[in-house]
Amino acid sequence: MTTTPAIEITGLTKSYGDQAVLAGVDLRVAPGTIHALLGSNGAGKTTAVRILSTLLKADGGTAAVAGYEVATHPAEVRGAISLTGQFAAVDDVLTGRENLMLVAELRHLPDPRRTADELLARFGLTDAAGQRVAAYSGGMRRRLDIAMSLTGHPPVLFLDEPTTGLDPQSRTEVWRTIQELAGQGTTVLLTTQYLDEAEHLADRISILHAGRVIADGTVAELRQLLPPKRVEYVEKRPSLEEIFLAVIGHDGSDEGRARA
Amino acid sequence: MTTSTVRETRTMLKRSLRHVLRSPDTIITTAVTPIAMLLLFVYVFGAAIDVGQDDYVNYLLPGILLITIASGIAYTAFRLFTDVSGGIFERFQSMPIARQAVLWGHVATSVLANLVSLTLVVLVALAMGFRSGAGVLAWLAVLGILVLFTLALTWLAVIPGLKAKSVDGVSGFSYPLIFLPFVSSAFVPTAGMPGPVRWFAENQPVTVIVDTIRNLLAQQPVGSDGWLAVAWCLGLLLVAYVAAMATYRRTTA
Repeated sequence: MTTTPAIEITGLTKSYGDQAVLAGVDLRVAPGTIHALLGSNGAGKTTAVRILSTLLKADGGTAAVAGYEVATHPAEVRGAISLTGQFAAVDDVLTGRENLMLVAELRHLPDPRRTADELLARFGLTDAAGQRVAAYSGGMRRRLDIAMSLTGHPPVLFLDEPTTGLDPQSRTEVWRTIQELAGQGTTVLLTTQYLDEAEHLADRISILHAGRVIADGTVAELRQLLPPKRVEYVEKRPSLEEIFLAVIGHDGSDEGRARA
Repeated sequence: MTTSTVRETRTMLKRSLRHVLRSPDTIITTAVTPIAMLLLFVYVFGAAIDVGQDDYVNYLLPGILLITIASGIAYTAFRLFTDVSGGIFERFQSMPIARQAVLWGHVATSVLANLVSLTLVVLVALAMGFRSGAGVLAWLAVLGILVLFTLALTWLAVIPGLKAKSVDGVSGFSYPLIFLPFVSSAFVPTAGMPGPVRWFAENQPVTVIVDTIRNLLAQQPVGSDGWLAVAWCLGLLLVAYVAAMATYRRTTA
């Protein structure tokens, strides 16, 4: 286990005009962990991810991924990362398999076809492999999107709001995929505006608000920031999500969608 | 270019060609407007146009070929715009691949797709009576000029492809390019045009390029026009390439 953080950000700033989006962000993510960057819309989550994935230059501060400075060694950073942006970055005209083979070929993998077929199976897309992506559902697109990001096993993965716009079933699937990844040693930086998503997935959480990290820690540590527990008796009612999943007969393991 | 850049460009070219093959209408619509103009001008207006030679289709074809290219490159801008607005462009940008590969893939596709459209237009012209006794070398020279012109306009099309905010903005830029040949020697000789129009027509690149292609196909001496045409194409290509790459660097931080 290396001691170099997979991601290390110090005093990162970025402004558009006179509007500061990032006002001095600090963040450390240990290798092989899932770290959630939690914040509402406009908090600067996407800006931070775009800087880390070399798509945007910071105004000040430093950011390093896998030990490489983003500003001075962008090529090395790109070799270590994969980005899944807010909108599924897939090619609608190509089939699912062709999309995966495209990424595999661009990454110079020895057997693009086999790599693509393995990922299709892992993400439950084998049946749809030969269909154009334009015909895919939102959940299938997102799964393909994440599969494309995993092609070539990059050690650091950025997931920018991976479940926004997904139905509960697809969201559960994406969650399971993310947990499997971290189990295999991939470092995941996840941005989300959903509190339950951060709580469910992340080893550590940073709360980004108005361009700064205002709280940082494990879920247990963050809970301690609140006043001590009071005991109240409340009738437990099923949430609408639980009802929805029960009514459609979803047992959380979704038949026909193979897992690794 | 390094070998990996070449390999990545080839992969991007393969992807982009699949797009063209799966929507062959882009090639056909590229050729339809120039073919309609060819029919209209040869069979409707042709009788009223005196260009000092019998076969108006022979006179007209070079200009129509340039119009074909000007309308074809709009699809390159459109395909690039789709990549940028859909998010796959950012995926490519965050991958360990040569950044030029993304653009060169589109540019190479543009050249190939335009060559197919140009072939269609030439075939229709042949059916309409276009004839040329030009030899292989002259045809190669024509091909070379057309490819250079395509490259220049394609790099120009990269700019709206990267910057446009809407599909309308993407397609709009090519209209002036399509109409440029009308104010040149493409349809009628410049001699009959009034002063300022004639000055513009005789000093804009389309005229010298059209005259060069026309003379090559008619087995006439090309003279200094040939070099001037090549110089215009290369100059436009250089300016468009530099401007496109500057836009590219700005778009990608």
